[in-house]
Amino acid sequence: MGKLIDESGRRTDGRGPHEMRPLKLEVGILKNADGSAYIELGRNKIVAAVYGPKEVHPRHLTLPDRMLIKCRYHMSPFSVEERKPPQPSRREIEISKVMREALEAAIITDQYPRTALDIFVEVLESDGGSRGASITAASLALANAGIPMRDLVAACAVGKVDGQIVLDLNDVEDKEGEVDMPVAYMPNLDRITLLQMDGKLTIDEFKAALDLALRGCRQLYEAQRRALYDHYFSSAQQEVSK
Amino acid sequence: MSVSRRSFVVERLRKEKMKELLAKGQRLDGRGMTDYRPLSISTSVVSKAEGSAQVHLGNTAVIAGVKVALDRPYRDTPDRGNLIVNAEILPLASPYVELGPPDENAIELARVVDRGIRESGMVDMSKLVLRPGELVYSIFVDINVLNADGNLFDAASYAAVAALATARIPEYSLPEGSSTPTPTGNRIPLPVTGLPVSMTAAKIGDYVLYDPTEEEEAVMDTRLTMVFTEDGICALQKGGSGGWSPAEVVKLVEEAFAKAKEIREEIRRMLGIGGQAEAAQGSGT
Repeated sequence: MGKLIDESGRRTDGRGPHEMRPLKLEVGILKNADGSAYIELGRNKIVAAVYGPKEVHPRHLTLPDRMLIKCRYHMSPFSVEERKPPQPSRREIEISKVMREALEAAIITDQYPRTALDIFVEVLESDGGSRGASITAASLALANAGIPMRDLVAACAVGKVDGQIVLDLNDVEDKEGEVDMPVAYMPNLDRITLLQMDGKLTIDEFKAALDLALRGCRQLYEAQRRALYDHYFSSAQQEVSK
Repeated sequence: MSVSRRSFVVERLRKEKMKELLAKGQRLDGRGMTDYRPLSISTSVVSKAEGSAQVHLGNTAVIAGVKVALDRPYRDTPDRGNLIVNAEILPLASPYVELGPPDENAIELARVVDRGIRESGMVDMSKLVLRPGELVYSIFVDINVLNADGNLFDAASYAAVAALATARIPEYSLPEGSSTPTPTGNRIPLPVTGLPVSMTAAKIGDYVLYDPTEEEEAVMDTRLTMVFTEDGICALQKGGSGGWSPAEVVKLVEEAFAKAKEIREEIRRMLGIGGQAEAAQGSGT
């Protein structure tokens, strides 16, 4: 008898097990950044910005053969129930690392040797699955900055809640569910660029969970493409009408 | 802020040579693709620690110590003891380590080891409670990397697991109505229910190799650390700036799950503990 999924198979927010929360994506929302994007996924509200390619500071970090990628995932103090101190927590430091690695896989870094690229992600409101949403937004910000990429990276989490494999965990499911498994994926190249998991799964459950995560990522990928299309198509139309 | 790994210029030049060898199923140190380097574990190496273990995995050397304190439980787990895992890649471990507070690599290392132990349920934290919501045992696992030669995740995990499995902690009692815990004078083992086994593989080009050395990690495209219980998987962490195909991941997880059983037996032998039931019985709870 579960407390997170009711008798009719509905989750705490009324979704079915394979359903994603309402999604909103916007490209080019910050004036100063070279590229930016905004995502809402459920109650997640996240801004991503990209600056670069630019000079490397400090210079000794310069890589002779490729671009230096810097990435910062940060949660605003007011983004969670209980105020989060603004200095980066161990969790945020780890997420910054895995996020960088997830995005770096898509960036053609050897096209801009001896340069740096900053990726900033700010979680304004957090609702479970924020690292996936952050990667999805950051990937759009990279595209918006014109950074050469092999593919877009889409990311979401799957998990096990009341014994069931479900897509896109919300806050309660993330905290009280049995398993959380964030996955980032480049659908065109069929490559997983982030994979984390905690909680117990059998090998068969793992396979089912991975499958569901990839389905979620493909769904997000379509939304990413649409967001880019909307952004550039509408600006192209304005240009023409001038 | 997380920053790209430095370039290993020499290693990059050697990558092509490495791929040629890998195509023939060979590695620079002569191992097969799924072979681990020789593993050795010595326990109770630090007498002042409640539990300790030193692990050698080839040239990678890690020492872990367990210390215990009484503390308030975390607010979201009032009826469970606390588990705190910390890791340091000491400056003496490699010419590339910089002095300072734990960097992202050390933090990731600690968090992945923590996840494996915590999620496997290796230590039954619900038995480490003196008074729910008020006083519990806090188990600190501190991991020091002494020599970094690749695959720190597995070596650190084996050291932490071995230190916990062999720890003897001071027992306290907290009689009803009393607010001061008193030591009973006994030393008790932790309520250990099983041994999680961490398995790491790296991908170089199209080749997947287990237990990568520093040299192999320097040129790897990507890496996957998997932690297994007796009947499934309990933690995953992908690393490196490349990607895995879903088919590769599934194959690797299945293969590593089978291989983890062998390593679990090897660790059990080295720790001198029997099967799961015996380990639970030995905990005296």
